[in-house]
Amino acid sequence: MAITLTVNGRTHEVAAEPETALLYVLRNDLKLKGARFGCGMGQCGACTVLVDGKPVQSCDFPLSAAAGKSVTTIEGLARNGKLHPLQQAFIEEQAAQCGYCATGIIMTAKALLDTKPRPTDGEIRTALKGNLCRCGTHYRILRAIQRAAKELSR
Amino acid sequence: MSQSAPAAPRKLPGSLEANRRLDRWLRINRDGTVTAFPGKVEIGQGILTALTQIVAEELDVSLERVRLAPTDTRYSPDEGMTSGSMSITDGGTALRYAAAEARDLLLQRAAARLGVSLEQLSVADGVVSARSGGSVTYWDLASDDLLAREATAEIAPKPASSHKIIGKPEPRRDIPAKVTGTPSYVHDLELPGMLHGRIARPPSYDARLAGLDEAEVRALPGVVKLVRDGSFLGVIAEREEQALRALTRLKRIARWEESTALPEADPRFLLKEASEDTVISEKKDAAVAGRAAKSLEAEYTRPYTAHAALGPSCAVARFEDGGYTVWTHSQGIYPLRRDLAPVLGVAEERIAVIHMDGAGCYGHNGADDAALDSALLARAVPGRPVRVQWMREDEFQWEPYGPTMVVKLKGDLDREGNVVAWTEDIWSNSHSTRPNGLGGVNLLAAWHLAKPHEASPPRNPPLPGGGSHRNAIPIYEFPNERVTNRLVKRMPVRVSALRALGATANIFAIESFMDELAAAAGADPVEFRLRHLKDPRARAVIETVAAKAGWRKREKGDGVRGRGIGFARYKNGACYVAEIVEVEAGNEIAVKRVWAAIDAGLVINPDGLVNQTEGGIIQAVSWALKEAVQYDRSRILTSNWIDYPILTFEESPVVEVTVVNRPDQAPLGAGEGTQGPTVAAIANAIHNAMGVRLRDMPFTRERVLAALS
Repeated sequence: MAITLTVNGRTHEVAAEPETALLYVLRNDLKLKGARFGCGMGQCGACTVLVDGKPVQSCDFPLSAAAGKSVTTIEGLARNGKLHPLQQAFIEEQAAQCGYCATGIIMTAKALLDTKPRPTDGEIRTALKGNLCRCGTHYRILRAIQRAAKELSR
Repeated sequence: MSQSAPAAPRKLPGSLEANRRLDRWLRINRDGTVTAFPGKVEIGQGILTALTQIVAEELDVSLERVRLAPTDTRYSPDEGMTSGSMSITDGGTALRYAAAEARDLLLQRAAARLGVSLEQLSVADGVVSARSGGSVTYWDLASDDLLAREATAEIAPKPASSHKIIGKPEPRRDIPAKVTGTPSYVHDLELPGMLHGRIARPPSYDARLAGLDEAEVRALPGVVKLVRDGSFLGVIAEREEQALRALTRLKRIARWEESTALPEADPRFLLKEASEDTVISEKKDAAVAGRAAKSLEAEYTRPYTAHAALGPSCAVARFEDGGYTVWTHSQGIYPLRRDLAPVLGVAEERIAVIHMDGAGCYGHNGADDAALDSALLARAVPGRPVRVQWMREDEFQWEPYGPTMVVKLKGDLDREGNVVAWTEDIWSNSHSTRPNGLGGVNLLAAWHLAKPHEASPPRNPPLPGGGSHRNAIPIYEFPNERVTNRLVKRMPVRVSALRALGATANIFAIESFMDELAAAAGADPVEFRLRHLKDPRARAVIETVAAKAGWRKREKGDGVRGRGIGFARYKNGACYVAEIVEVEAGNEIAVKRVWAAIDAGLVINPDGLVNQTEGGIIQAVSWALKEAVQYDRSRILTSNWIDYPILTFEESPVVEVTVVNRPDQAPLGAGEGTQGPTVAAIANAIHNAMGVRLRDMPFTRERVLAALS
């Protein structure tokens, strides 16, 4: 059964069962590897993508629920070959060790900055409560998001 | 006259010793690039960027010209494991000498080509120029035979004073891909015809598969093969979600016979186990010992601690024409291959093991096990690659944990408050059960097959680096000292190397006890440490961190907030780290701020060092405050992030790292130096804040309340 899905502005027909987790469709059918499998239970945030602008954990989000909606993944953030300010800030702050959590965190942060362009440190931390980082890069990641917020509101 | 034996080959520095040919390490390409072949692998620590800096520096070429070949058993040097904070020491040193020698060989060719002496030549980005005029490039001089020779290590690497690239912060090369979602990890590997596999692990360590309706699973949509061999049970499907559905069904219908007996939850079960006891340090000065006026004793414990990589272990394998290709995030592709060969029943040469990045790796996790899983499944579908990804619960329940430990300490003080005697006993399992062809097979699935392989006997890496006894011998100068390592051989829970090995518990104990002794002596903890330390580099990091944090002599917490110090020289031979931690006691203990000073000798990439140091600190805060693997008497109970909470963004501290730069000293391993000092500094800060002494990790709310009452 085919389900129609809009990802990063492009429409795709996907032949998968409706209850399939969106994550597997993104990674295996659409070859978008930026959303990562971390837990499969919506506990760690490594798979975070935006559905109609809201962050969802795609490992725990059925394909059917994404049908007809607009899905944005990390691959859809750059514009005309220019990185999103969040991506640029992560590079400038060197805010990664293994980097496995980074794409999910950037997507969560994007949803935050889209609704709240100048968040406080506390608001950023709260927004990231569904995202885990195991390497201990927290402090740099928080700095990177602050940097991107400044850049975006310039 | 007796015949003299042939001269032993000269000892070469770092990993050159075991991989002696220059072309094993470097290739100068005619297209204006240099290829380096590291045997160490990226595990999230940024090593590849540092190695690139080393090669560019010694060869006098720009960073952009240096390519690193993926680590691969078909051509890479065998550097064993990427572990123990040895990558700069082993691999970095090898590449430093190899590149220095390659540069010299190129200059000799240039001198001949230009008809001038070596002294006339200078190099800029691979262009060799003679003072008298005339130039030639490396790329013109290079040929296949240039580096086809054994290294001599006779060409000294550059002194720090002439470094232009080493010592400068260099952005990590892999970060842009990792923040844009470009495929970077073995998890992202996509091969034509690739299938998806999952393993249905037993419910407990020794459980045996007693029954299964195979037909029911075979009939599920997309299922290509069910692989059953003894108690090893896996499924292969066309699509990943189909493999998952089959796994769920397998878990529901498979019947297991369980017989596992796990120990009690308190780490002190170790005290009742048989142990192999070795006195690893003994100093005697009876006259000084006689001055003892006060004596203190204390016991410290650490629980089983999970690596808990954010991404579960993953591997891809293909079986074709009787041989295997395995893509893995293992920390040691050659050691892994040594254990794969007997299980797969082929010669090592028939297995190509290729490294790809994984999620952050803090020691021996499930990476190697997943590699065997994928190979066993691939064998069932010749020609088709099989990708196996562990589930979250596989990772938590089957990875080898950092071992639980108990450390008992006794200290005597004289009337002036000096330590005159120190007695220490440590109980622990081995901290290394990695694969490496050590007589058995250290890969999970191998133990579950119908014809199982025995595990290799556990190794406890020897001192001075040590395993369970890593950092067990205090670096302080005590006139009387007796340290006994009690190695417990029975391993009821699967354990192996976790970042810093025994150093975490040993430093936690030693540094907590130093504070207890300082308090008994009425001394300031910073001054008390300095009083017992001669090594000027050790003193310098303590003095630096005290100054940066604005430490006030005998400062006291206010019942809620407090600060504490922790210090160690990792492995008693690698980097020096001192930390001051500020905690705040609310509903839970919170670490608000950490100051750290680190001396790692010559620093290749200062930002890389700071990143590793910050990360080590935050991870150790998590260990100290929150982490312990849960189990009952038969099963591991920890299976997801709810069972095993780690530090969140809301809880993470502000971290300020100061690098004490020593460019004229040899580089010192720095990936694991913060674990022990962080944990100890937190315990000391809690005591400073509230007057309670926590001696059992983790420092949870329940433990604080129990200590208060």
